[in-house]
Formats: sequence, structure tokens, C-alpha cells
Amino acid sequence: MKVTLRIRRFNPEHDARPYWAEYIIKDVAPTDRVLDLLHHVKWYIDGTLALRRSCAHGICGSDAMRINNLNQLACKALVKDLVKGDHGTIQVEPILGLRVIKDLIVDMEPFFEHYRSVMPFFVNDNPPPDGEFLQTPEQRARFDDTTKCILCAACTTSCPSFWANGTYVGPAAIVQAHRFIFDSRDTAAQERLAVLSQEDGVWRCRTIFNCTTACPRDIEVTKAIAEVKNAINRGGVD
Amino acid sequence: MKTHQFDALIVGAGGAGLMAALYASQEQRIKVAVVSKLYPTRSHTGAAQGGIGAALGSEEEDRWEWHAFDTVKGSDYLADQDAVEVMCREAVDVVLELEHMGLPFDRTPEGKIAQRRFGGHTRNHGEKPVRRACHAADRTGHMILQTLYQQCIKNQVHFFDEFQVLDLILSEGRVAGIVAVDIATGEVHVFHTKAVLFATGGWGKLWQITSNAHACTGDGTAIVFRRGVPLEDMEFFQFHPTGIRGMGILITEGVRGEGGVLINNEGERFMERYAPTIKDLASRDVISRAIYLEIRDGRGIDGKNYVYLDVRPETVNKHLAEAGETRRIDRAYIESKLPDILDFCRTYLGIDPVEEPMPIQPTAHYAMGGIPTNVDAEVVIDAQKTPLPGLYAAGECACVSVHGANRLGTNSLVDLVVFGRRGGRAMAEYARNAEFPPLPENPAAEALAELEQLRNADGGTRVAELREAMQDMMMTCVGVFRDAACIDSAIEKVRELRAIYDTDLHVDDQGKVFNQDLLDAWELGRMLDLAEATAVSALCREESRGAHSREDFPKRDDANWLKHTLVFRKPDGRLEIDFRPVVITNYQPKERVY
Repeated sequence: MKVTLRIRRFNPEHDARPYWAEYIIKDVAPTDRVLDLLHHVKWYIDGTLALRRSCAHGICGSDAMRINNLNQLACKALVKDLVKGDHGTIQVEPILGLRVIKDLIVDMEPFFEHYRSVMPFFVNDNPPPDGEFLQTPEQRARFDDTTKCILCAACTTSCPSFWANGTYVGPAAIVQAHRFIFDSRDTAAQERLAVLSQEDGVWRCRTIFNCTTACPRDIEVTKAIAEVKNAINRGGVD
Repeated sequence: MKTHQFDALIVGAGGAGLMAALYASQEQRIKVAVVSKLYPTRSHTGAAQGGIGAALGSEEEDRWEWHAFDTVKGSDYLADQDAVEVMCREAVDVVLELEHMGLPFDRTPEGKIAQRRFGGHTRNHGEKPVRRACHAADRTGHMILQTLYQQCIKNQVHFFDEFQVLDLILSEGRVAGIVAVDIATGEVHVFHTKAVLFATGGWGKLWQITSNAHACTGDGTAIVFRRGVPLEDMEFFQFHPTGIRGMGILITEGVRGEGGVLINNEGERFMERYAPTIKDLASRDVISRAIYLEIRDGRGIDGKNYVYLDVRPETVNKHLAEAGETRRIDRAYIESKLPDILDFCRTYLGIDPVEEPMPIQPTAHYAMGGIPTNVDAEVVIDAQKTPLPGLYAAGECACVSVHGANRLGTNSLVDLVVFGRRGGRAMAEYARNAEFPPLPENPAAEALAELEQLRNADGGTRVAELREAMQDMMMTCVGVFRDAACIDSAIEKVRELRAIYDTDLHVDDQGKVFNQDLLDAWELGRMLDLAEATAVSALCREESRGAHSREDFPKRDDANWLKHTLVFRKPDGRLEIDFRPVVITNYQPKERVY
């Protein structure tokens, strides 16, 4: 099949503003990834195309992009799910809400700054036991979903509240906080809840569910945010 | 050009680099930084799936000595046994340390760290499979990487993200720093240091079908090779038996650990013929060869180049019953233990492994060889194991050697954390006591000249064309099976590709900002160096051992080849081979049967 790949291009060394470039790619297999198409352009048509990617199978979190107006990982978006018939167009642009540096590459630093603000690390200052901290399978299951996060930013940059106000910590940071708040071994839940109850914390979430749709790891992001809101309302985790 | 000064510098931010960074930065009297070409959480440690081996005995009796024996046997007796003992003993402690850092391992009903079976890991020297792989579903590497990065944030480790290392600076016979380019700006930086630890990972991208990330191009290994450090055991590169057909994406050995079996076109569980005792849980080299032989004999699925991996509950339960085990599994169990595997198969193949078997083929996976080090991660530069002061390496880029001719599943993660920790401690101790060596004049001159030459390369051959030619050649001639004629042709070919690289390369992007075209070209140069080193080492070793299967020398030959290969690159570019004896402590080499 044939695909017209429309890419939002911008090179700060040449271009005053971003523009759309179109590349026609032949002999595309329905199971090709959008990343394969981008590689085809980069490797055989125009080497100046810039994008982040590494593992190419949805684990490293490098290649979140806006593909046909929805945030996805380019390595998990398959042509057959985007194009029906023998010929179609796929549109690829950088994720929204973060400054574009070049082509599909955005400045991730504001995203990671929000991430760092929620104490995204295990805290337990008691002397560790000789063996492991014991934790039942049920306690472990309580935060399993949010351990899957790969920090790709697909959720945060699909969130209208984040687009409107970049000071909002965003869904990804809340997911990371959730992973520790509900871990029975961790002792800093209250400190994280205090951070997230502030003006730029969970209350900027309007329950729009874009984040849940966007998550390439199928994390129930909106639900995790709701659980953090509930914990704040109740004054802590049970 | 910017110049920085740090007492100790770590290059690479996967499991080994982050562990080293945590330990080195505990020494308050020195300044430590990490340089990584990727944002740290993008590192390939995150793709490790099935587990990290440690004889915790959560589920059944286990001893670290059994783990050591399995590792030595798995290595086809090429691993240094003193180093293996260090690794397997410390594995127990380091896994508990990871748990204390918050790593969310799966749990047993009693609340302990859950463990599963894995290839080559046995009870009491090969009696039967043992549950040794500590795991967090099938994303154990992801959890290790996240946990270590989280701890680095907590401890305020200094990172230079998206900086590509270009060169190692030596001065007065010791390390004086590195040269790196800030990918976002194109600006070249010099890092003046006393100690450098390379934790730059593997080089699976030398092969066409690989489980490795695009970033796995062996940069650090190639850099030290060009600076005169030999590379050890480069002929041993592991092909993981179960990659997704055509794509190479890893399907964890944990699938077989949970009871999955390999099936040929006749519906036969063929590993019963090749490894009668532990069958589908034999070492990876054994299984990859078996798959190739099945395919060669026409028993690939529909006569093609793949077989099936079957983890459907009815199949698993049938074999569990045959084996006299009481355990049974169901869909919910597979969903909870192998969620990412199910996701990969549903996404890329459109099949559900609970309903259908997975089409798989061997995939280039792991470098057993690399930068030679001792157990403190100090890089050693000759057969006498003389250290190069200030230079360290840990993780896949290094060769301690704990994996010998074939690595056991789960031992890469053990290697990362054990030797990352040891390296971090050792480099901090060295850096605290050493003086800064003087920087040579224009320390970045060579790196800058090479970048400028590549930036302006306007020949007729694209980087991708050359890279694909190299990958095809390595897959065909330096893959699971090898022989002299084919390896010879590979060496000739890689030298032809090198000549084209030097004279006829084309780079489109002449810019500064995120010039990935330029860095792709630079990486290809490193890969060509490693391809040549691999092929030359493979031609030299006239025996079959572990992952190195020579069809013209099908037997292991302990009389002549129970030794490590060291390949040196001379200043004029010629490669020379030397050898180093294997360290044997408790386990005399014997025939390897599973």
C-alpha cells in the first residue's frame, strides 16, 4: 500500500516557523509501524528529519508523538490502524504543550521538572530488615498499574488543562506519585499528598480522560488521579 | 568549547551506570557526574523482562553456589570462576538492596520476593529447574531502571542528558577525561576527570535481527578499543532463542519459565530431543542452535524460518501434568505474569498468546565479550591483567568475565548491579586519592576533526545503506552458525564497507541542533570497528563453545581453546590477537549436557 506521510517540520537553524512536509512512501505493509515510515524518510529521503526513539517496541518511552491528532508512540502505532484501503495519509507532529526544538523533538525539561516535584522515589527511613520488606500480593497489586509508566509524556501532553496552564504538574507526575503513595512500604505519602493538593496539583484535573486514552501502557491514568484526589479528601491513604 | 571538571565521570545511564553513580556519589569528597546519550530512563536496561537471578530461596531451597555452578556451566566453562563466585554471592545482597530502594517485585503469598524458573538455572548442579529469577511481572528491567533513576534523583546525582561521548582522553598513562557533544546544541564539551566508568551497553545493532534498541551501537567499547584497550571474547555474541519473527523483539525466557514450550511444524516439543533433562529451559545457545537445526531440516512452521512458542494454558497444563506437577495455570495467571508479552504479540502480530502460539526466531541479543575488567570493574589492558589507572567499565560493555561463551538468562541484570556497585565504589576510592592528570593540548582535536569530516561527507552512499550491508553480513556469516569461509568473506566485506565509509559516505544534515544524521554516521563508524573485531576473533577461535558454533570445528577443544581471546587494534588499524587463561576454582570443565 501507499502512504502519504505528513510531518510537521521545523529546523531552528533555517526556519522562521514550522511547516508541513509530505512524503509519499510506497510498498508499505499494513503491519509497519509509523516509526518504520519515519525511519524510511530519515534514512532514505531526508536525513535532517529529527525524532527521538530507541527501543522501538514501546518500552523506552522516547517516541511519543501526535499521530492523526492523537498522542501515541510511533513504535506502537501501526499503519493498518491509521489507513484504510490502498492509500491514505498519516499526519505526524510533535506532542503539544512543550516547546519544539527541532521537527518532532520537544523540550522535555518542564515535563521532568514536574516529575521531580512529586518526590518520585521510595522513602522509608527506618533501618531496612535483614531480608526484604514484606508485602502481600494484594498490597503489591494496589499500585501495580502505575508502576508501568515509562515517562513518555503522552498523557500530560494530551491534557487540555496542561495545554492551558503549563504549571499544572500533569497526569504523568501524578501517576508517579500514585505509585509511591499506595505502596505499603513507603512512608512519605503525606508529603506527596501535600504537594499534590496545592494549586498546581490534582485539582487542575477536570476528568477529561484524554490521558487514559493516550497512555501507551494502558494505565488507567484518570482513575489513578481520582484515587489521589480521594486520598487528599480523606486526609491520607487507608 | 566548554570544559568541566569532575573527579569521577560515568558514561551511560542504564542499570550499571546508575548503580555506579549512586555508589560513587556517596563519597562526599568528590564531584561525580553522569553523561548519557539518552535520557536515562530510555536506556536499554528497561527492556529486560523476565527477572534477576539470586539464590534467595523464597520459593524453594537454593544456594548461591548452585547459581555459580549453573553460570559456569552455562558459560561453557569459559567464565572466570572467581568472578562468577563474586557475582552470585553478591546477587543475594544486591537484590535485597534493590528491594530496599523500593523496587516493586512480585510477591509470594508470604510477602516475599517472588521467583520463577529460567533457562539453565537448576537445583543442585543440574538436577532440575529451580525458581531463582526475582521478577516484577515481565518488566523487571524497567523496574530496575526506574528504581535506580529514582534513587539518583533522591540523591541529587548530576546528569548531562543527551550528551554523546566521542572520545576518551588519556594522559601520562592514565585517564584524564572524555570528549562529548551536547546533542541539543552540537557544542563539544571536554570533561576533565580522574576516573571514567563506561557503562555504555551492548552492540546488537551490528546484526539485522536483534532485540536491541537503536541506541545499542557499542560506542564506549569502540572508543576504548581505538585508544589501545584490547577487547575480550568478542566472538561470543548471544542469540536469544525467542524473538518475534521478523522484528526481533524479545519474548522473555520467562514464558518458558512459566511453562511455555517450543513447537516445530510437526507439533513436536523438539527440545526434548536436544536437552532431555531440562528441555525448553536449556541454555540459550543450545536452544538457538536447536531452532536453526529444526528449520534447516525443514521443520520450521510451513517450512519457513521460524517455530512456535506455545504458552496456551491447555498446552502448559498438559506438560505440567506429564511432569507430575500439581500446579495449573489459566488466562488470568498469564495476564498477570506476562502482560507485556501479551501486549507485544497483540500489537505487532495481532495474535493473543493465550489463544494461539507465538511465531519466533532467534534474535541477536547480548555481548558476552567486551572491555576486559577485573572484579572491581577496573579495565585491564593485557593478558597479565594490568589495570589502566582511572579507567572502569561495567555492565554489558564490559567483560569480567562472568558470562564466558554464553550468558544465562537473568545474569545480565545481576552483572549490572553487582559490578556497577563495585565499579562505583572503586572509582570513588581512586578519585578521592588521585590527582587530576594534566589535560593534553587540544584534547578534543581528533573528535572535532572526525565530526567535521563526517558533517561534510558528500559522497554517494547513505549511512543506512552501509549499516544494512553490515547487518546483513553479520547475520549471515557471524550469527548462530559460522565457518571459516563465511567469516573470511565477512572480514573482507567489513573492510570494503570501511573504505566506502571513509571515502564515499553521504550526510544530509550539516547543522548543529539535534544533528542525528551526523551522529548516526559516527555510530556506524564505531559499529564497523566492532564488527571487524568480532569477525576476526570468530575466525581465530577454531572450536565450538557456547554461542560460538563453528561448523568446521564442531567440538569444544579444551586442550587448545580453554582461554580468553584478546583482540588489539594497532595504531595503523591492524588487529592482533592474544590470549588469557581462564580462571578455574571449583568446577573442572566437563561435557555440557542439559
